[in-house]
Amino acid sequence: MNGVHDLGGTDGLGPVPVEKDEPIWHADWERAAFRMFSMPFRAGFFGVDQFRYGIEQMHPAVYLLSPYYEHWMHAAEHYGVEKGVLDPADIEERTRYYLENPDAPLPQRSDPELLEFVNAVVSAGAPAGRESDKKAAFAVGRGAPASPPSPAGAPRRARYIRGRTGEVVLAHGTFIYPDSAGNGHGDAPEHVYTVRFTNSELWGDEAAEPNGFVYFDVWEPYIVPAAGTEGSAA
Amino acid sequence: MSSTPIQPPSIRTQEEIAARVKALEAIMIEKGIMTTEAVDRLTEIYEKEVGPQLGAAVVAKAWTDPEFKERLLSDGTGTCRELGIGGLQGEDMVVVENTETVHNVIVCTLCSCYPWPVLGLPPNWYKGPEYRARIVREPRKVLRDDFGLDLPDSVEVRVWDSSSEMRYWVLPRRPEGTDGMSERALAGIVTRDSMIGSGVGPAA
Repeated sequence: MNGVHDLGGTDGLGPVPVEKDEPIWHADWERAAFRMFSMPFRAGFFGVDQFRYGIEQMHPAVYLLSPYYEHWMHAAEHYGVEKGVLDPADIEERTRYYLENPDAPLPQRSDPELLEFVNAVVSAGAPAGRESDKKAAFAVGRGAPASPPSPAGAPRRARYIRGRTGEVVLAHGTFIYPDSAGNGHGDAPEHVYTVRFTNSELWGDEAAEPNGFVYFDVWEPYIVPAAGTEGSAA
Repeated sequence: MSSTPIQPPSIRTQEEIAARVKALEAIMIEKGIMTTEAVDRLTEIYEKEVGPQLGAAVVAKAWTDPEFKERLLSDGTGTCRELGIGGLQGEDMVVVENTETVHNVIVCTLCSCYPWPVLGLPPNWYKGPEYRARIVREPRKVLRDDFGLDLPDSVEVRVWDSSSEMRYWVLPRRPEGTDGMSERALAGIVTRDSMIGSGVGPAA
């Protein structure tokens, strides 16, 4: 997807707004929105790749101008509605209610299993590594790949590396493939590699800063064999 | 593409967002997707338990125990587990080492990926468009102008864009003059930004 979220190399955004002694949450609603990932995830709203794709479908202007955790709220709403679990009219009606009554209490519910899930998932994580008998087509130090254009959907082929040639420096094994899982299909595991690009390959000799590299992770299908190099895909 | 229509470009106020989040939360509580106790517990973990003090403990151990450091650099996830550190958004961690001649810095240009188990939740600037856009294109300038870290051209700058589920983070250099310090005291001087690569530890 050629979305606004794909920010690497974008010009004109200005200085990084570093906040000294920044709090974890900037408002109470951020604390609430932070729950909009793990619990809807458990309820089957989305996997992590779909969650990201939900965010990527925000309007570009809203994406850039809204506070970060609104993105999480958007993804939960997007998939909750898509799955038919959340009713848009109900959301609007209750939003109006809480806008007029911001201090009205939330419904109360207790569920020891959910509490257990929270404690377990934070320390155990939700690994994306998946067993596969697929053989790795590229070897560390030998490939010199470039990434093909971005198809529609949820892939993570950033614009700034597309068509650029780099070197495979790490091979990580097989992981959930976002181009499949992010679009609501199966895990379809693929090998993941870290590819190292020189600054001048990415930005051109004139614009590139000296003595530097960018490392970017790709799934094997993102790699197309670069012409005239060894270690290319069969 | 998506089956749901893209929303029109209206920017919500803080009050509107707060009301909408609360509405969604209320519905999800009623439907059993969330409970108030579980949501309170989840935020409590990242407020009180999981934060950069955990990464600092790993760094301090690596500074004082060469064998631990070697293991950490070859197996970040497994070696952090030795200290009981790991989990959500750090299922596959890779630790990259700063040296006299190499400076590493992490980013996620496509979203906001960050090694939660060792650094906690990311600061807003890490998740915002400015850092994500610029750190891959002009890392020296961003580090100098926005973070006060001026690297000579002789130091190689490596930017790690966390585009997969691998989570990179930085083992900073041990500051000069800290030879006599205990592991515990060292952990106290490791900064979050030094593990992102946007800063260095304070001179002791």
